Amino acid sequence: MIDLTVKLPGLNLKNPIMPASGCFGFGKEYAQLYDLSQLGAIMIKATTVEMRLGNPTPRVAETASGMLNAIGLQNPGLEKVAGQELPWLEKYDVPIIANVAGTTTEDYVEVAKAISQAPNVHALEINISCPNVKQGGITFGTDPDVARELTRAVKEVSAVPVYIKLSPNVTNIVSIAKAVEEGGADGITMINTLLGMRMDTKTGRPIIANITGGLSGPAIKPVALRMIYEVSQHTKLPIIGMGGVTNVDDVIDFLSAGASAVAVGTANFVNPFVCPEIIAQLPERLHELGFDSVEQLVGRSHRL
Amino acid sequence: MIKQERMQIIKQQQIAHHIFELTVKGVLANEMAEPGQFVHIRVADSFEPLLRRPISVASIDLEASQFTMIYRAEGRGTQLLAEKRAGDTLDVLGPLGHGFPVEEAVKKAYLIGGGIGVPPLYELAKQLNARGIETVHILGFESKQAVFYEEKFRGLGDTHIATVDGSHGTQGFVTHILNELPADFDTYYSCGPTAMLEAVQWAYPQKKGFLSYEQRMGCGIGACFACVCRTTKSETDYIKVCSDGPVFPAGVVIS
Repeated sequence: MIDLTVKLPGLNLKNPIMPASGCFGFGKEYAQLYDLSQLGAIMIKATTVEMRLGNPTPRVAETASGMLNAIGLQNPGLEKVAGQELPWLEKYDVPIIANVAGTTTEDYVEVAKAISQAPNVHALEINISCPNVKQGGITFGTDPDVARELTRAVKEVSAVPVYIKLSPNVTNIVSIAKAVEEGGADGITMINTLLGMRMDTKTGRPIIANITGGLSGPAIKPVALRMIYEVSQHTKLPIIGMGGVTNVDDVIDFLSAGASAVAVGTANFVNPFVCPEIIAQLPERLHELGFDSVEQLVGRSHRL
Repeated sequence: MIKQERMQIIKQQQIAHHIFELTVKGVLANEMAEPGQFVHIRVADSFEPLLRRPISVASIDLEASQFTMIYRAEGRGTQLLAEKRAGDTLDVLGPLGHGFPVEEAVKKAYLIGGGIGVPPLYELAKQLNARGIETVHILGFESKQAVFYEEKFRGLGDTHIATVDGSHGTQGFVTHILNELPADFDTYYSCGPTAMLEAVQWAYPQKKGFLSYEQRMGCGIGACFACVCRTTKSETDYIKVCSDGPVFPAGVVIS
């Protein structure tokens, strides 16, 4: 019997697979396709204090083995997420990781305080790395001092463990990881998208209306693995890894690099059943590789 | 209900310049209800290209568990799709979105299509005819080479063709034909470029109309928020083309 369970601060996961924030809405669309209770957890779409309409369209563009997006944190706002989306998700036996975004420290604190009270929210993911909003977002994630202080402020008000979502758009990701550890973070999620662009060859204009967008998909997997490998050597914080995961072997790679659990993002758009498919394939793949549990794999690359 | 299925390709053929007709078979076809719905197709098992392609459905054969799509092979994804042959299988997700409400037409309907917006109107015309509704088809294309399904539409009702270069039918856009026709219909349905939908909407402000919109999509099922449009209802309201649409009543979408 292969043990898929993973214990992380605030999260007793029945398996290490969860849809990544921003790629799964608030679960309703995918609930039409399969039972969400199969998932290890769900990272819901970023929530801000007020509703956000997001950026103009086009918001997505395809790239080589990836996609660019600049949705702009569109969401119905704290009141509706707490009042409608989270209660709706209560019928599923799955822990929710609420993604918190804002443009000021006060925004983050307000959302974190309120949303962490919801009975099915077991952890927060603090989004200090969204590249698609002009103010806030990424600015919190690129300066270690700012990241540390924001972590501290959120930790003070949160009723559940706090994971900080790191940006890959920095020179030294380890320094940011160390800073959020000092700030009291319970864990790290990484990586968010890489800032990128695509041009319309005929007109010379950028395709994304916001000019730049966040690159995701298989194209960014090597970057994610490298960063998780580095960060896991320099902090004690558990890592939920993400960035281009599309199949069961990618999950093995992320666990080996040092992630304790794995989130699947863009691949949900390519194959909406990708999460339950990976969960179903994981025991056999672990068995083939000679492992009895997911936890045996975590950080195995460092032990070789 | 939305299904994902490896459907079998029954037939693939080129029917006009860059235009292909593709018929697939599988249980997913039995889920098709409304004309104007679409499917999301994965054109390659590799990650290149990565995303699925939204393709509209041109006709449905529930008895044979088949449906036919018509698409323009223009970009890399649709060119790969055009290389598929009968006997191959295809990863299809669908049916997606809300289509044209056939029950809204009373007696006579105008079906106004442009280019690759024409295909969904064919199934619509079939279903309206089956309900005893008279359909008039006003279809616009780039040139004679790009025209398809003209005879099939003629078999269902009065059909007018416009081409931009005048190589077939009336020279100009569908609006040139509409200006000449009596507005003796009760409902119109339209699919095509956004500029055409706008023009049609302006032409008949008093009539009941339904417009099918296009937008770049990520997931196709409403989760990713890539294909949103603002609406005339409120400053803070938005709709998703993939799951709330692609068909909306005239006057709702701010394009």
